[in-house]
Amino acid sequence: MKDKQKIQTVAAAAERLKRNDPKNSVLTIALAGNPNAGKTTLFNALTGMRQKVANYSGVTVERKEGVWNLGESVARLIDLPGLYSLDATSLDEQIARDVLTGKIANLPKPDVIVAVVDATSLERNLYLVTQLIEYRIPVVIALTMVDSAEKQSLEIDVEKLSKLLQIPVVSVRAGQKIGIEELAEKVLETAKNQTIIKPKWVLSGDFESEKNDDDIHLSLSDNPAHNKQIFARYTYISEVYQEAVKPVDTLERGVSEKIDGILTHKFFGLIILVGILLLIFQTIFSWASLPMDLLDAGFGSLAEFAKANLPEGILADLIADGIIAGVGGVLIFLPQILLLFLFISILEDTGYMARAAFLLDRLMRGVGLHGKAFLPLLSSFACAIPGIMAARTIENPKDRLATIMIAPFMSCSARLPVYVLMIGAFFSGQYVFGFLSVGAVLILLMYALGIITAIVVAFILKRTILKSPPPPFVMELPPYRLPNVKTVLINMFSRAWLFVKRAGTVILAISIILWALAYFPRSAEEVSIADSQTATQTENQAETETQTAESEQLKNSYAGRLGQLIEPVIEPLGFDWKTGVALIASFAAREVLVSTLSIIYNTEKDANEESPSLINAVRDAKKDDGTPAWTPLTALTLMVFFVLAMQCMSTVAIVRRETNSWSWTLFMVGYMTALAYFVSFLTYQIGKFLGF
Amino acid sequence: MFIEIEIRFQLGYNFVCFQDKEFSSNKVQTLKNLPVGVRAKVVAVHGNSAITKRLMEMGVVPGVELRVVKSAPFGDPLEIRVRGYHLAMRRNEADAIEVSDEQ
Repeated sequence: MKDKQKIQTVAAAAERLKRNDPKNSVLTIALAGNPNAGKTTLFNALTGMRQKVANYSGVTVERKEGVWNLGESVARLIDLPGLYSLDATSLDEQIARDVLTGKIANLPKPDVIVAVVDATSLERNLYLVTQLIEYRIPVVIALTMVDSAEKQSLEIDVEKLSKLLQIPVVSVRAGQKIGIEELAEKVLETAKNQTIIKPKWVLSGDFESEKNDDDIHLSLSDNPAHNKQIFARYTYISEVYQEAVKPVDTLERGVSEKIDGILTHKFFGLIILVGILLLIFQTIFSWASLPMDLLDAGFGSLAEFAKANLPEGILADLIADGIIAGVGGVLIFLPQILLLFLFISILEDTGYMARAAFLLDRLMRGVGLHGKAFLPLLSSFACAIPGIMAARTIENPKDRLATIMIAPFMSCSARLPVYVLMIGAFFSGQYVFGFLSVGAVLILLMYALGIITAIVVAFILKRTILKSPPPPFVMELPPYRLPNVKTVLINMFSRAWLFVKRAGTVILAISIILWALAYFPRSAEEVSIADSQTATQTENQAETETQTAESEQLKNSYAGRLGQLIEPVIEPLGFDWKTGVALIASFAAREVLVSTLSIIYNTEKDANEESPSLINAVRDAKKDDGTPAWTPLTALTLMVFFVLAMQCMSTVAIVRRETNSWSWTLFMVGYMTALAYFVSFLTYQIGKFLGF
Repeated sequence: MFIEIEIRFQLGYNFVCFQDKEFSSNKVQTLKNLPVGVRAKVVAVHGNSAITKRLMEMGVVPGVELRVVKSAPFGDPLEIRVRGYHLAMRRNEADAIEVSDEQ
């Protein structure tokens, strides 16, 4: 629904532009081209900031649309996904075909296709053009990377190329805005004339019927006749190429290959890859900490401000403790996510990402995954949300699903506060072999547990419900290019915005529910007690009283009752009902455990995982029967539980959105939580048996 | 250190060739066992699968010249240069591409 609205705003903007000059008409123009051909840069140059990103309904293929002012008229410019072919083997290709045949709702069949053709690999790029021509929509070629081609002494006779193909060819340099006006002219001209070319490379007589009937065409995908058609198109392209391009040895070593001499070197390539990743993660953690602290403080004072300025009561509590605290808890990760997306965009735009997949494909295949699964999994160490979104680059749906299913096992940054609290309370100052701190070893073990579980689960999934033949790995290694600042930034912000919007809406709802669970039912006397005593007692005591009242309130609240209700279930793990409350709350977001425990144990409100009062409170906490609530063993059990359980509402929301399926989402929550329970159970019971 | 790495690679490569004994006895030269740096002409692209189709769509059709650039650290995938660009594929996919030596 939302996507539909967005597209309508683009259409409306085009209409408005048109209304200013009644002679104008609104055209629909599709932008098609190979991946890495410079399509995005051209799209940005043509539309400026007048663009919208959404999804095609029901699928995760990005739908980018913008308004292109052609002078005489305006156009809705549709940026098709990057394509090598139109034969509907991948979802992207299917969507592109639907756009070109006018099968997408609210989107007319394009009047003109602008084919973005990379001059450095002209033949492969022209293959898509031959297919576009077959769709009987007028085509205009925007020839990019001509300067790079010239550096490789590839001389293309643009006029001759245009004459041979019977298609206007415009050489453009989108970054410098060269050729944009000429492109607009040719597009207008072509739209008016509607010149449709007859393909010269058709082999069989029944080609017409094939193109008119989609089903026949689709079934041809696995027919040798289809391979003959590919051959026929390439034969035609070779003829055109030989006439329009000065002969040169295209198999010679180029600059990119020289760079790859180091970057994909059998030994140094791997070292450099590890180095780049370390640098990225180091940067994400260190650079993001300042804005994260600022955001944290900002939301804290915003909540205080709301409390101070709103009439005391349920509304103020809802806004301050529910909405601001809940949404703030998610937005705090925005700096990390922005930085991660910045690096991903740069790696993609330079062409390094394909090399990383190339280097690691053999390793990932051992688990049954595609080389491209590596980056989503790695991103998940920062946060599973960008990781799961990054899994979009995996074409095979089953591989993509398997990657999404295991991504949350990577220990994300939200688990760290929990580890730090538990280690601080029970394992600080202890050493193994006299020099290794137990805490460091435990954190390392928790990361390892997550990775090993992910490998085992992927292995099982890929052999059972997600069984599919080994995914093909036929991938272009694009030439290295300097990243385009505008492309990188637009990429980064549009992805981050998707995160804010998607996670934001769900988190808002969950925060309100959780807040209500902890807030209701109100015990009437606690407010009055606290109020009457404030007058007579010193401030400190009053605070203690308020905190006692708060924890009493928590015990009587629905959340507290829920905690007591699940106590029999979590008892075999060594947890009491108070831990149960914190566990329930932490299913919204893992780090909530820390703040919930601090409320339960009456420590000061702004306690964090390193504050001594909380650590002492956790150490001294007693169960209702007087035995210690926490032992080193329960602390370890809790950490194990946190490694494996699906405790993040934002991730659940993203998985639902990305898989477009509630069953897969629920399956993930179910199996992860069951696994977490089972392994924690084993940890606690074996530990107890061994006498810990 | 370079020599060591080179030897490791050679061993890996031989291992792959060994696996392919049955096929090579048919005296069909495929891209899979074409040495690094050698240029060759594609004679045929076998098979009927989506991979065959994808390879052809990417320009690996009979008659085209190509060169093996390298193989990835663990011996797989392969990188080739064809029609002025670089293409990566796994060895078992490369096995569908029948080639003849240029020289």
